[in-house]
Amino acid sequence: MNFYGVRAIYNFEMARMKRTLMQSVLSPVISTCLYFVVFGSAIGTRMGDIDGIDYGAYIIPGLVMLSLLMQSISNAAFGIYMPKFSGTIYEVLSAPVSYFEVVLGYVGAAASKSVILGLIILATARLFVDYTVLHPFWMLSFLVLTSVTFSLFGFIIGIWADGFEKLQIVPMMIVTPLVFLGGTFYSIDMLPPIWQTISLFNPVVYLISGFRWAFYGVSDVHIAISIGMTLVFLIACMVTIWYIFRTGYRLRS
Amino acid sequence: MQTDISVRHLYKTYGDGFQALKDINLEIYRGEIFALLGPNGAGKTTLISIICGIVNLSDGEVEAAGFDIKRQYRQARQAIGLVPQELNTDSFETVWNAVSFSRGLFGKAPNPDHIEKILKALSLWDKRNNRIMSLSGGMKRRVMIAKALSHEPQILFLDEPTAGVDVELRRDMWEMVRQLRESGVTIILTTHYIEEAEEMADRIGVIRQGEIILVEEKDLLMSKLGKKELRLQLQHTLEKLPGELTLEPIELSEDGHELIYTFDSQQEQAGVARLLRTLGDLGIEYRDIQTRESSLEDIFVGLVHE
Repeated sequence: MNFYGVRAIYNFEMARMKRTLMQSVLSPVISTCLYFVVFGSAIGTRMGDIDGIDYGAYIIPGLVMLSLLMQSISNAAFGIYMPKFSGTIYEVLSAPVSYFEVVLGYVGAAASKSVILGLIILATARLFVDYTVLHPFWMLSFLVLTSVTFSLFGFIIGIWADGFEKLQIVPMMIVTPLVFLGGTFYSIDMLPPIWQTISLFNPVVYLISGFRWAFYGVSDVHIAISIGMTLVFLIACMVTIWYIFRTGYRLRS
Repeated sequence: MQTDISVRHLYKTYGDGFQALKDINLEIYRGEIFALLGPNGAGKTTLISIICGIVNLSDGEVEAAGFDIKRQYRQARQAIGLVPQELNTDSFETVWNAVSFSRGLFGKAPNPDHIEKILKALSLWDKRNNRIMSLSGGMKRRVMIAKALSHEPQILFLDEPTAGVDVELRRDMWEMVRQLRESGVTIILTTHYIEEAEEMADRIGVIRQGEIILVEEKDLLMSKLGKKELRLQLQHTLEKLPGELTLEPIELSEDGHELIYTFDSQQEQAGVARLLRTLGDLGIEYRDIQTRESSLEDIFVGLVHE
């Protein structure tokens, strides 16, 4: 195990976050605050409870997930895309680091950033609404699991992308709609039956439902299914990355 | 002699079917400076990229410092430092961080003293806290060399190290490469500047269309393939070459002022004496004699156009 190699990549990526503090921490925090102000305080007071939970508190897990998914994907994607774009990837490819160590460094850093960001958003949310965390262990587990899974997913996108546009397409065009339609602002039960069925094909539903269960003990789908689906996606990402490295896809010609 | 790089029956075919390397066999010895020459697109960078692990090989075996580059890639890569052709740097990093990053990436524990030594040797010490984007092209090139040396490699690859570098920096680099060789580092350099190979290399390999067509000690190559030219400036112009001389490899310059005689430097020098005797017999007088040895550049051009 090349411990120094993993540490070098990890520290390099974390240093990048410090350089881009405005973009990687401040901007998601500000946009989440805006959601709280608009949906939590302004509109939320006129809305009834959902599943017995105050609306402002109800949307917290979904809003944290929204930032977590977006930031995990874009951080990890950018982290591996930049060296590819600038050409400095040669150094990582010629270094005595295994595939696993490369992934550990890049994805580890991206996931760390997301977890930190998630906790910052939760702390900020406290300023606007009062909420409880019924299952802190599961809340943290979901936070970490989601960060890792979507950082892996972002890493794949970063390798696949051959332009800045592709880098943005997946988070903007796919993830944002999935999160908005995944029950961030409502319970799936509130939808007509046909849309409830369609929603079950949206993987984000399981993430948000599980995360919300960790907070309030209520969920759209059973918690075991939520964890199961998240693990399935995690494994799918791992298999894809294993395949990418084995074939050298877009990395080694 | 200990072998540091051993390439056996190496083939590389790219995805689009382009065969970049064909049956490459090459041994590079510890502590030598090996220059790899070849026209653009001959396969120099592909060969280096395969040895360094950036490009996958199609067939064959490669060892670096005695380790197979696939099965024992950790040991093999740890022994290698690479300075690629293009100036690819992390623009936003400082010089110090970028060089320290490389050392860690190659699995070495931090050693600020070593980094300091390298930065001083490359005249980068004053710039250590500068962002790389603020440096000039020549300075960036130095940063790339510092990165390649950060983990104390046994083998150093320099892919066109002095492309786009001013004369002074080029001299500095040659000096640094010599010092590295003295410390026992094996150096492989590709270059377009034949002058550079001529100045530095112990041995020279020529690659053409993906095949190594020659590997030779530089001095031997110069004497083996080098041509000598004897030019005689004539007292009186000649209309045409006298019949007695037509058998010799001799030419008359267009203005009829000069006789040009080419011969292999290997050949016994009897030809020159015979020629001069014949000229004396024919009563052709000359004012001046010049001989010129062909440079590596001439040899190279001759080889790749064969």
